[in-house]
Amino acid sequence: MSGVRVLVGTRKGAFVLTSDERRADWEVTGPHFPGWEIYHVKGSPADPDRIFAAQSTSWFGQLIQRSDDGGKTWHPVGNEFAYEGVPGTHQWYDGTPHPWEFARVWHLEPSLTDPDLIYAGVEDAALFRSNDAGATWQELPGLRGHGSGPKWQPGAGGMCLHTIIQDPRDANRLIIAISAAGAFRTEDGGKTWQAINHGLKSGQIPDPDAEVGHCVHHIARHPQRPDVLFMQKHWDVMRSDDGGDNWYEISGNLPTDFGFVIDVHAHEPDTVYVVPIKSDEHHFPPDGRLRVYRSRGGGHEWEPLTAGLPQENCYVNVLRDAMAVDSLESCGVYFGTTGGQVYASADSGDTWAPIVRDLPAVLSVEVQTLP
Amino acid sequence: MIRVHLPAHLRTIAHIDGEVELELDGAVTQRALLDALEERYPMLRGTIREHGTGKRRAFVRFFACEEDLSHEEPDAPLPAPVVAGAEPFLVMGAMAGG
Repeated sequence: MSGVRVLVGTRKGAFVLTSDERRADWEVTGPHFPGWEIYHVKGSPADPDRIFAAQSTSWFGQLIQRSDDGGKTWHPVGNEFAYEGVPGTHQWYDGTPHPWEFARVWHLEPSLTDPDLIYAGVEDAALFRSNDAGATWQELPGLRGHGSGPKWQPGAGGMCLHTIIQDPRDANRLIIAISAAGAFRTEDGGKTWQAINHGLKSGQIPDPDAEVGHCVHHIARHPQRPDVLFMQKHWDVMRSDDGGDNWYEISGNLPTDFGFVIDVHAHEPDTVYVVPIKSDEHHFPPDGRLRVYRSRGGGHEWEPLTAGLPQENCYVNVLRDAMAVDSLESCGVYFGTTGGQVYASADSGDTWAPIVRDLPAVLSVEVQTLP
Repeated sequence: MIRVHLPAHLRTIAHIDGEVELELDGAVTQRALLDALEERYPMLRGTIREHGTGKRRAFVRFFACEEDLSHEEPDAPLPAPVVAGAEPFLVMGAMAGG
């Protein structure tokens, strides 16, 4: 019987939630790495028993943990993230130059086909790759060397590389996103990059159409239609139909176009989910009502999904990596909140229920659909 | 025999129960002690000292014999009671965070 494994990173540890394909009863194991910030936990598509976790604290820095038995046991692997060459400077919040300094790993992206290959997106923004299942890490320096690097500036949460999207047609094609620099694409395995921010408009920067400086929060893509991308930006929900060359707004009738998370239905490439959050100052749902918004038509027209979600006195946030989908029939959708709840829907979002509700603040949610 | 007391998080990472006991050849210095510690427990590399620079991490302090040794030179000799194993070398996390 197939099943689902939900990998949850929180402010104080990692948790693994498992269920059979009915997704009615859940077993919760953890905390793994209690007391540590777990920014991201993700399994290898090529070997679902291999899972990676990014573990950090302000005191003792960054560790990377790996499990080879589906999350039962873990061991630390390599944690040395050294920038290539002289790192140089990026902009600081006040506009002055600031040396590039490694702070933490935000996102781990295992290869679609090779269980030993994994990418890491880090703060200060850079992309690292490991070819030995995390034992050693090498920067792909062409990204920071793109030419615009000295102009990159951190968002309020730090200058983080938080989104890594692989092209299922070509392993050399990657799209990444950085807060607050924007989105970038490589077609040669990370040697050279181009900014793909045409059409993004950001009122917070002097030139709203600038090549870089846009605060992209997250990008999602359906594997069957790799040239269509969906983006939640600081403000605006955006779409590209040409692999990121051009973007247009699809916020439509959303109550607010601010938010962090965006994801795509496993079987319907035009069904998209966002969780609108009130303004960039408040960071909680409008009116204290937690609502996922779904568009069945690829954007513009959005419907609120409320069944099973708190509709009063709810002031949690849903962070950029805290939503995922499974690939069962029908599609399961999952998201975690800063209030420690993980909500799941086994019917594409029509109805929801918390599958665990008193965890530390949730930083990331990933799902593995198991055979 | 040198005794080293680690904070709970690092004991967990290294699967250590209680104090670490290290045998050091040559001068007993902060650098030699931490080198030996990291050689035995490679997973601690980068957690007490930064990779590359070897600099003490900002929120980590070193104490022994009721003295703060955090700002001692890495190659300065450690106090005699630490060298003799009478007192442990303490690695502490700063009182901060939540």
